[in-house]
Amino acid sequence: MIKTRVESESSRQVGVSIKRVDGVDKVTGKALYVDDRKVPGMLFGKTLRSKIPHGIFKGLHKDPSFDWSDVTVATAKDIPGQNYIKLIENDQVCLVKEGGTIRHHDEALALVAAPTLEKANEALRHLKPDVSPLPALFDMNKAETSEVKLWKHDNVYKSFLIEKGDELEAAFASADLILEGEYNTPAQEQMYIEPQGMMAHYKDGTYHIVGSMQCPYYIHKAMVPLLGCGESEVIIEQAVTGGGFGGKEEYPSMLAGHAAVLSKACGAPVKMIYSREEDIAATTKRHPSKVVHKMGFKKDGTIVAIDVDVLFDGGAYLTLSPVVLSRGVLHAAGPYKCKHTRIKGRVVATNHPPHGAFRGFGAPQTTFAYERQIQKAARALNLDAFAIREKNALQQGDTTATEQKLDDSVGSLDVLDAVKQKARPLLVPQLDEWRFGRGLAFYNHGAGFTGSGESHLEGKAKLVLNAGGKFEVLSSSTDIGQGAATVFVQIASSALGVSPNDVSIATPSTNVVPDSGPTVASRTCMVVGSVVEKAAKRLRAKIKIWGDEHLPGKNTVETATAMFEAEGKQSEIVTYRPPQGVVWDEEHYKGSAYPVYGWAACLVDVAVNRWTYEAKILQCVHAVDVGKAIHPIIVKGQIEGGTMQALGWALWENVLYADGKVVNNKMSNCIVPTFADAPELSTIIVEKPYNDGPFGAKGVGEIPMDGPAAAVANAIEDAIGKSMDALPCSPEAIYKAWSRP
Amino acid sequence: MKIAFELNGKTTEVEADPSARLLDAIRADLGLSGTKEGCSEGECGACTVLINGEPANSCLVMAGQISGQKVTTIEGMASEHKLHVIQEKLIDKGGTQCGICTPGIALTALAIQKNEPKASRARIRELLAGNICRCTGYQLIVDALEEAFQAAD
Repeated sequence: MIKTRVESESSRQVGVSIKRVDGVDKVTGKALYVDDRKVPGMLFGKTLRSKIPHGIFKGLHKDPSFDWSDVTVATAKDIPGQNYIKLIENDQVCLVKEGGTIRHHDEALALVAAPTLEKANEALRHLKPDVSPLPALFDMNKAETSEVKLWKHDNVYKSFLIEKGDELEAAFASADLILEGEYNTPAQEQMYIEPQGMMAHYKDGTYHIVGSMQCPYYIHKAMVPLLGCGESEVIIEQAVTGGGFGGKEEYPSMLAGHAAVLSKACGAPVKMIYSREEDIAATTKRHPSKVVHKMGFKKDGTIVAIDVDVLFDGGAYLTLSPVVLSRGVLHAAGPYKCKHTRIKGRVVATNHPPHGAFRGFGAPQTTFAYERQIQKAARALNLDAFAIREKNALQQGDTTATEQKLDDSVGSLDVLDAVKQKARPLLVPQLDEWRFGRGLAFYNHGAGFTGSGESHLEGKAKLVLNAGGKFEVLSSSTDIGQGAATVFVQIASSALGVSPNDVSIATPSTNVVPDSGPTVASRTCMVVGSVVEKAAKRLRAKIKIWGDEHLPGKNTVETATAMFEAEGKQSEIVTYRPPQGVVWDEEHYKGSAYPVYGWAACLVDVAVNRWTYEAKILQCVHAVDVGKAIHPIIVKGQIEGGTMQALGWALWENVLYADGKVVNNKMSNCIVPTFADAPELSTIIVEKPYNDGPFGAKGVGEIPMDGPAAAVANAIEDAIGKSMDALPCSPEAIYKAWSRP
Repeated sequence: MKIAFELNGKTTEVEADPSARLLDAIRADLGLSGTKEGCSEGECGACTVLINGEPANSCLVMAGQISGQKVTTIEGMASEHKLHVIQEKLIDKGGTQCGICTPGIALTALAIQKNEPKASRARIRELLAGNICRCTGYQLIVDALEEAFQAAD
């Protein structure tokens, strides 16, 4: 039966962990990151920063005793086009102009380029900005009433209201238990190990920009107005990228702009690599948050009402804050059934550097709040942590807070069950020094862009047949370590029915690849992967039709080889269309907020030391429903990497601001977990296939970040009997909580 | 000044300021870009090289200090046609993602394999505490090294 053979061929590369396509280059040090690239005549660029959080930039003083002969200084006057970084609103400037307003401590005022890095650094020290400070706003709680106006009349960048049911007050009145809590989380640094870096060369009327990035087309779209050039006059190419986690979503447009402006000004290629201190101080981080969460319960644990108020600190410019808040509020009621729900959210302006994209994108903050609430309810009602969640969990056929009916791929009970089965019992040895506790968290995460985002994006991918029966996938989805390239090889080779060795991935460069949309939002495998699959299937069908006519009885590669020889290069390009039934009302925030959700549960056991107040993680079991694991090891790596970032946020990570400045902008004081800090992780991949994903896959990148912090705080509360409602749960915070009467 | 040392098994001379960072001598002067710079303060371990077989942060070593010493960088780890078993396992077990920390981790692992090939998982974690990875959560790297050490046994 030929059909059977084709069927089995078409999925044979999926669900197996093939060799990573970039593995050899990475383990041998051959992979070229942007800082590894050299071009003849290349200059080194550096940035002069404001060093005051709010004020007027009155002018720039160049030390006349310094040798400026081989140094180029560029300011806002050197911007060839318009001085803004294109994003949702175009409010963020590329360089503060003379007479313009400085809005955060590390805002760029001027740029220098010099033949060596040493000379560029020295030149910076001989540039003195003349600034006059203004009163600044740092407390997000005071933003709306502050005299300092950074955005319109109330400093509110964006607000949302989501309402379900019309009897919220009555529902609360019917509750046996009402819990209200305030939950605070700090900024978090992405801490990719490769700092931000970009190289630009303006030559023969075209800007060539290469660097560390997630979203080549975001940069491309930002460069056209900034550089005042045509779309074909700027080319953005991704270099091998040493981690992103959201931190290389929007910020690289700023850095690309700086490098390009400098290159135009000096006529030479310019490389700009941030030092770690500069990177931590100036680039985006996770939004600090305050979430006030109120829930009403029946005695049996049934949730009857939810009322949430979310506040995020957006920082000095609007950047991506509205969409981060959007995801935050859309996840604020959790993976729970509730007929009466109200969710309010605001993101406000402050004089902190802009906060932005970081894995989870607003959801980790609200997840922390609702999962603390559920734990408190379980304690108050004397219910089992699993039972209260199972009772309220959204299941197939239920509706979410936006009245989206869940009809496909709902692994809610499956992840809870998987964790329950796998977890070892909590052993409580009789040790005076340590207190032991267990915490659980349960959450879901929408995969893909919010609402009608994917319709607007129209992500595209292209499959090309080259000589010798070799295929190439062209997309702007970047591999930033998460394994996109390998997974695309698997999807394409499976859909084509060829070996992975016959498929390669084109370097994402905007003059070569179509716009697949950004590499964000847990969308690459699920959304762009589905387009890769469709394009591959179409190309396969085209080859088959040709083969049936000209060369019957040969396999795909043989036919493709002959077809290329006879007809030349073949290609198929496919544009993503959301599945039927995904309808979103942007005005009222009703309907399908996301095409589908991932589901996860995380159980954490801790020991808390009575004398040092440190919390040690004894066990961390994390089950995630990913639809289908196309490459199980890569999926495991995504889950575990996200888990560790969440555990870091729970226990250690903290970005400290003082007067708008990041005061711990080094890896030695802005700490992230090391090998020695990290516990052994127990990871369970749950597969509830999603009909519209490639081979059933849905997003996995972000969901592991959402919940473990709540599980840790819940476990510490279980151990010490005091609530932990703010992150990080540092020894100092545990000491304070434990000392509370 | 000229600094003579053994680099990846070959006698090498580099013209460098003796107070320059070894990292810069390797990357800029010798053109070996496999050694990475992540923090410039000896915290992340991306710039790890082996000096006489022991891991060192090359951002904290002065070039002059390596005169007459043996230095191994990631470029010296695989033989001409074959990856080292540590490298093989890092690929196969998911121990490399973005890859920027990988050269440093592979070299520290090489030293562990030589010094303590029977190291437990906990001991492996302790010995690698100077190499930060932000992608993997470490588990898959420990899995890879455990297998690599057993395979080489």
